[in-house]
Amino acid sequence: MVVALGFTPFGQAAANELDKSVAALRAVGGEGQGNTAAGRALQRLAKGGAGTLPALLAGMDGANPFAANYLRGAVEVIAGNTLAKGGELPLVELGEFLLNRSHDAKPRALAFELIRRVDAEAAEQLIPGLLGDPSVDLRREAVARLLGQAEGFLANAGNKPAAVLLYRQALDAARDLDQIKSISGALRELGRKVNLTRHFGFLVDWQMAGPFHNKDRAGFESVFGPEKNADLSASYDGMDGKVKWQGYSTGDEYGMVDFNKPYGDLKEVTGYAQTEFVSSIDRPAELRLGCKNAWKIWLNGELIFGRDEYHRGMRIDQYKLPVQLKKGGNTILVKACQNEQVEDWTVQWQFQLRVCDATGTGIHSGRKMNREVAAQ
Amino acid sequence: MKKIIVTFTFAALAYGLAAGDWPGFRGPLGNGVSDEVGLPVALDAKKHIAWRIDLPGRGLSSPLVVGDRVFVTSSGGTRQDRLQILCLNAADGSVIWQRQFWAMGSTMCHNKTSIAGPTPVTDGRRLFAIFSSNDLFCLDLDGNLQWLRGMTLDYPNARNSLGMASSLVLAGGVLVAQVENDSESFTAGLDKQNGMNLWRVDRPKSANWTTATVQKTVSGGEILLLQSGRGIHAVKPKNGEVVWHYADGASTIPSSALADGVLYVPSHGLTALELAADGRSFKQKWRSSRLRPGTASPLVHRDRIYSLNSAGVLTCGDVDSGKRLWQLRLDGPFGGSPVVADNHLYVFNEEGMVQVVDLSSPEGRIAGEMDLGEMIQCSPAVSNGALYVRSNRRIWKIARKTQL
Repeated sequence: MVVALGFTPFGQAAANELDKSVAALRAVGGEGQGNTAAGRALQRLAKGGAGTLPALLAGMDGANPFAANYLRGAVEVIAGNTLAKGGELPLVELGEFLLNRSHDAKPRALAFELIRRVDAEAAEQLIPGLLGDPSVDLRREAVARLLGQAEGFLANAGNKPAAVLLYRQALDAARDLDQIKSISGALRELGRKVNLTRHFGFLVDWQMAGPFHNKDRAGFESVFGPEKNADLSASYDGMDGKVKWQGYSTGDEYGMVDFNKPYGDLKEVTGYAQTEFVSSIDRPAELRLGCKNAWKIWLNGELIFGRDEYHRGMRIDQYKLPVQLKKGGNTILVKACQNEQVEDWTVQWQFQLRVCDATGTGIHSGRKMNREVAAQ
Repeated sequence: MKKIIVTFTFAALAYGLAAGDWPGFRGPLGNGVSDEVGLPVALDAKKHIAWRIDLPGRGLSSPLVVGDRVFVTSSGGTRQDRLQILCLNAADGSVIWQRQFWAMGSTMCHNKTSIAGPTPVTDGRRLFAIFSSNDLFCLDLDGNLQWLRGMTLDYPNARNSLGMASSLVLAGGVLVAQVENDSESFTAGLDKQNGMNLWRVDRPKSANWTTATVQKTVSGGEILLLQSGRGIHAVKPKNGEVVWHYADGASTIPSSALADGVLYVPSHGLTALELAADGRSFKQKWRSSRLRPGTASPLVHRDRIYSLNSAGVLTCGDVDSGKRLWQLRLDGPFGGSPVVADNHLYVFNEEGMVQVVDLSSPEGRIAGEMDLGEMIQCSPAVSNGALYVRSNRRIWKIARKTQL
């Protein structure tokens, strides 16, 4: 293993210059605001030596996505030029940066990439410690390693108990759908039960109201009764008369909430679903939605986002919506609009929703009537 | 290489490009026609694959060529959220530089397409690369980032869950990005120097994967021809102002082809619009349902128009009348558009089979075939006696090896 030590810290004047340049990148905003100054700053930064890499990575902490990408541009140019000239990257400093979880996930993952580029053995030694990492990319490495070990136990020694326990550790850490499916499939083949609904944190118990119209796709912008008053005892003027909230629970492993089940395969209609999510504390979270219909979502009466796209595809975590949960009950209201298309692939009138943290770790409602919690 | 159509050269040099460069989607004039001669015809993998290299990610964008450098985009990572831009040495395929950025917009798309779907564009000094996530990067040709945009961060409903594919074009010195989708649909004219909006206009709220064409007017100006389900909007590139509108609808997948002042629009089959030399108006010349293209864009060469339909049939028509002249069944399906060089049409099917059609033959003739064995959905680049084509895994240079 090659370890590069003793990289000379740059002088105070250079450090000040670097800080100014990083500040210019961090000042970049939407619609290209600040791009001109950032371009000049990037030229200055790109002339720096490999010793500036940890500082550039640290510059990504708390930076917006534009700035993070600018800084990545500088890091890649410096690292590329250094290696092309036969130089070395500050492996120890990069490793220390990676191991310090107070830094943001993206620059830590980039530090790992740089380490692996120059010293695959050192990178491999770091992987076991990444199992519960805040970076989804880094923890993926550790999960993959556990999967390999589990497969090895099965293939070489037929040691099912050891394999099961490794798979369990891997599943607990896994956040990527492909890994989760692979692990759960292996566990089930070994006769073990897996609760993917709970793993993801899908919300399965809802109240539904509908159908309302969506003629000429006008329902998306129409304000129907549930948007004015979502009280569960309320009744509304629906498409075919009075409608009331009715209970609906999904048994789908991936939490699919299907409006077609209570209402039939309807077209040009709008439906609402609401649930209460009980948070034990005030906290940031993400609502992660999958939906191929037009939709809107409210949290505690506040519109979070909406999108009027129909039948272009659906997947888990299609939309990631940062929210702030309050301690106690939080009302989540979802509006889903079905359009007029008649093709086979336009039948779906549904969504799946989970509450999680920024790494995709499911957060579970404290409400005991919530079936996925009761299953604990 | 001998150049047989010098008009390309003057147009290209105006942008700091050299003759033989392939600067954007479907080449120097955006219509798939190259003035190269001497490309291999009777293809043989042992003789004509000059090099082949692995790419770090997926993609179906077309390669670009500037001088001795080849540029190509790809996307990698578990979530396809690593946006990659590569510069290769045209002589041997070696990587001169490679950059990777984090996607800022959506990286969801149909399995058959890719986040590296749209083709970049270059003015010969800078490379502008956009991805399906609506993230746009400007680099100099040595790989130094100049500026970037994250247009789904700027406009959060500007996305398409099937993926975006409209390629960038340069018109009147303005970088034009079509971000047309079912929701927050727009086209923007961007300042090449810093990426900031010069203008942004609402576009039809409907998914659109076509790429604009550019008309050069008699006064030396340029008019941007934006295609959508609502037809063709002719737009001033400096401010986005609509000059005229052909309102009879058009396809949202194959793009129009412009040649000799006539725009061939995938509309009700194929509709030829004769454009006024000053760019201020148009009149319909003919319309043919028999020339309806499938996914691949039509192509005009000399006095003939060529259209590939969804059944893999190549139809040749007369550019003056739209009359069908002959048909030739090829081995499809085709996701990428053909190119023409030296009176031969080159097209790659989705199984990776390149077919070469001799257009000098009275009813067309398949003069060469070669199986690359991988799904190919891009339109190839043609430059300096070579074809460049990529799959989800690799990029190839196809040439007479004696040219190396």
